[in-house]
Amino acid sequence: MSYTAWILLTAVLVGLSCSLIGVFLILRKMAMMADAISHTVLLGIVTAYLITRSLSGVHMLIGAIVAGLLTSILVQWLNNRGVQQDASIGVVFTTLFAIGVVLISTSVGNVHLDVQHALMGEIAFIPWKTINVPILGEIPEATLLLLVVLIIVIVAIIAFYKEWKITSFDPALAASLGIPVAAMHYLFMGLVSVTTVASFDAVGAIMVVAMLITPAASAYLWTDRLLVMLGLSGGFGMVSAGIGYGIAVLLDTSISASMAFATGIIFLLSFLLSPVHGLLGRKLRPPKPIEDAQTAHI
Amino acid sequence: MKALHILLLSNTQWVLFSTMLLGMAAGMIGCLAYWKRQSLMSDALSHAALPGIVISFMLLGYKNMFVLIIGAAISALLGACLIQWVTVASRVKEDSAMGIVLSVFFGMGIMLLTIVNRTAGGNQGGLDNFIFGQAATMVRSDVDMMMFLALIVILIVTILFKEWKLFLFDPSFAQGLGMSLRGMNLLYTFVLVLTIVMGIQAVGVILMAALLIIPSVSARYWTQSFGWMVALSAIFGGLSGAIGTVVSALGTGWPTGPFIVIVAATFFAVSLIFGKHKGWLVQKLELREKQKEAKRPSQQHLSRKILKEEG
Repeated sequence: MSYTAWILLTAVLVGLSCSLIGVFLILRKMAMMADAISHTVLLGIVTAYLITRSLSGVHMLIGAIVAGLLTSILVQWLNNRGVQQDASIGVVFTTLFAIGVVLISTSVGNVHLDVQHALMGEIAFIPWKTINVPILGEIPEATLLLLVVLIIVIVAIIAFYKEWKITSFDPALAASLGIPVAAMHYLFMGLVSVTTVASFDAVGAIMVVAMLITPAASAYLWTDRLLVMLGLSGGFGMVSAGIGYGIAVLLDTSISASMAFATGIIFLLSFLLSPVHGLLGRKLRPPKPIEDAQTAHI
Repeated sequence: MKALHILLLSNTQWVLFSTMLLGMAAGMIGCLAYWKRQSLMSDALSHAALPGIVISFMLLGYKNMFVLIIGAAISALLGACLIQWVTVASRVKEDSAMGIVLSVFFGMGIMLLTIVNRTAGGNQGGLDNFIFGQAATMVRSDVDMMMFLALIVILIVTILFKEWKLFLFDPSFAQGLGMSLRGMNLLYTFVLVLTIVMGIQAVGVILMAALLIIPSVSARYWTQSFGWMVALSAIFGGLSGAIGTVVSALGTGWPTGPFIVIVAATFFAVSLIFGKHKGWLVQKLELREKQKEAKRPSQQHLSRKILKEEG
């Protein structure tokens, strides 16, 4: 496969896996938690690098999962101690991120990791770092990692579809049905961290937030059904990856940043034009008379 | 020795003083944001400032602090309006809207920054420094401007202190007194954005929010009174700004923002453990006290029982 094809494939894989996970993030009102995890994953990667002195996929994954879980546990703990939810998210992730940046800029910086890379990703360099896989042949390491993570994400969504659906919409019901809500929560957080770290190499810490949240939020404006929302979100994610790549080539600029920008365009279009929950939909359908009658009764 | 040497340079002293004022202003505004439950809003807005900075640089062609700050403020305000609009006009929740604005605006900023870096060659005036902050690059005019803006913010918070208190804790009463909630809200957003954009050169867009969030949360562990919270938060923020700047000056090219945040986080950790109100240690001691108390009556009860049986 050509250089461009590998980059496009990687971008599309990032778009797809992030946007599928993102649907549950949106429904659980945990968008800012994704923001937090995408930042703290940096610390996980740096720590893993400092311990093992290598940037292999497995070490990075483990570091990222630990960092992600640590973030959600710390946020929960502070929250239980009387700090507001969003303030505790803010304290935890900025601190861990700052530690990560300081570690990079003081001790690791010169070699493989640098701050620029961590923020924006280096999708343009991905096709050159290949490994040999028995059946598939020479494929870029980051692309392989993303493929594996995408499969894990899809398998997890299929396996826990019902559980996550109920815990997302009605946690109390889920608990009463005997679904282990806390375990599901941490499993989900672990999955978010894995997806984030797999995308990290390609799009960096902050653009991954765009890929996680924006396609899912756009899909949320088009439908009320979870399955449709998953499909739409995945589609939007892949399309933004493609459009983003096009914009980047056209303007000769950062690919990951253009992908984030493209998700924004899709969201703006959905927000304005969606006939279901967009502005246009509201204009076309004036408030239902039934609702008026109800409020009149009250 | 090196620290002492740095401290004796007059330029460093000014930078130090200005980051201290910045920290104080941020700490004070952070308390308002905390009680408005908008801690993460400051994070979204500071990221959203990036495209404004780059665009004003592109229009002007060189780095002028004043113009950059105006650009940053316009784009942060635009971000705030978009978050508000999306939340009100659609079913998308506020946290999703903040995540979208944060990441898409930041993406736009990086897109433009990449173009500027490519076209302007090596002479792009260190725009990269706006991401993590680099207090060492500040010249005297930047320092003066930052101090001036920080003083404005500190003054707005202190002079209108009673009004802010009412606005945050009893808005309906405030309205009854004839205060305009809309006006206060506008002023609040204005001061918040002002604080964020003036700190961007020293602390950077990514970590500016930390300087608003962490000191105010730390101050909460020491007091129940809003006035003391604001004062303590200002002290924590000011010390973090000053100490962080000194530490980051020890190494060449070390970013300022992360060090300031780590100092602030250290204050937070100390507050979390030793804080007078809801601190970890105090709670542990209280728990032990309660356990003792719980034991005592049962012993009395027991002894009474024994007495009765004997009698």
